[in-house]
Amino acid sequence: MDWTWFHRLASPPHVYALAVRLTPWFAWPAALCIAAGLWSGLVLAPPDYQQGDGFRILYVHAPSAWMSLMVYVTMATAAAVGLIWRMKVAHAVAASCAPIGASFTFAALVTGALWGQPMWGTYWQWDPRLTSELVLLFLYLGYMGLRAGIEDPQRADRASAVLAVVGVVNVPIIHYSVTWWNSLHQAPSVMRLAKPAMPFAMLAPLLLMLLGFTLLFAALLLTRLRAEVLARERAASWIREVVSV
Amino acid sequence: MTPRRRRLALVLGIVAGVSIAGALALSAFRQNVTFFFDPSEVAAGMVPAGERFRLGGMVTKGSLQRPPGSLEVHFVVTDFSHDVPVSYTGVLPDLFREGAGVVAHGRLRADGTFVADEVLAKHDEKYMPPEVARSLKRRHGDSRAEPTAPATASSGSGG
Amino acid sequence: MKEFFDMGGYAAFVWPAYLVTLAVVVLNIFWARRSLARSRRDARRRLQMQGEAS
Repeated sequence: MDWTWFHRLASPPHVYALAVRLTPWFAWPAALCIAAGLWSGLVLAPPDYQQGDGFRILYVHAPSAWMSLMVYVTMATAAAVGLIWRMKVAHAVAASCAPIGASFTFAALVTGALWGQPMWGTYWQWDPRLTSELVLLFLYLGYMGLRAGIEDPQRADRASAVLAVVGVVNVPIIHYSVTWWNSLHQAPSVMRLAKPAMPFAMLAPLLLMLLGFTLLFAALLLTRLRAEVLARERAASWIREVVSV
Repeated sequence: MTPRRRRLALVLGIVAGVSIAGALALSAFRQNVTFFFDPSEVAAGMVPAGERFRLGGMVTKGSLQRPPGSLEVHFVVTDFSHDVPVSYTGVLPDLFREGAGVVAHGRLRADGTFVADEVLAKHDEKYMPPEVARSLKRRHGDSRAEPTAPATASSGSGG
Repeated sequence: MKEFFDMGGYAAFVWPAYLVTLAVVVLNIFWARRSLARSRRDARRRLQMQGEAS
């Protein structure tokens, strides 16, 4: 197998140039998908037979929750690569993920509370699903705090990477909490083996939002990665070319 | 202490810390397996006497009673092998329905009635437009697909 | 139109949920661009100082 592509990913100038080139290809489709998802979710999708128009919170709650998990898996994978291969760029990817993941975990928790109050009758319960999602927010915040607390960049990279890798056990706990334990939260409607539990007119806006948020994550990650790489490669000569505009 | 040893100690300390936190969280969840008890568990005496706990199950169809002129409601929670009568005073959540899931928090009275001070509705993962639910009900008599008009928040506490 | 903003009586929950999520999206875009602009400015400043020193 040819591993050149992998080794090229370890080269900061190559990664920087790649990020510059790729960002618009994620950013604009993301904007389109999210705009279409908002329009179809708020206007075109029919109301639910039980929850009426209140179920439309689904279109912001589920994509935020999806981001909270997907970003964490990306972060933990990058951190593991950084630990095993001593790859600086991988650590930069992990560091770029954390604030994005933390903010969308916060959005998932807040939109969930706003959905739970009218439907279940409560903003918050110490339920397995809700509690494990809150633990995820603290993992992100702990990761960011740890990085900020260690001055030596290399030590910060390694220590925070260990935390990210250890914390990945929480991801399956969150996903399966609703099946392993009695939970107030219902089972997944889309992320399951069976057919999605809603008709196309309700499903399409959700898929648009999920795709839009995922593309947005890619664009945000690439932008943050450029900033990280620039800040880390203090002495490199290639920097002169990319900032002298 | 060499720098390498210090790094090692730091990493080990973090691993230990997170493991302890994880174990604590998991043991908390194990208690939360009892996030609710179902009526069979209550009938089997698995609930400590006189203590507050959550009762979860389905609201038996036709069991909901409201004595006129008060906020008091009576209904029966079932898991289709055992029943527990519940009495509650207060506002019910919008998704509270006969034949749908419910989680009530309260105490068991000596006469076997569960006196709840909080009633939460539990819903399933299915979403569908009202017309689809109505035609499903006509064709299959699906108990979940009740053709009730979408409830409005104005009947709830936080409209 | 009024019906749309009323959200079948759930306006007090639906709109804040959308507002919070959109705020998180917009802030993420703003924060990412700001951190890139800062890194570029710092790098440029470092290069200038190196240029003056040599």
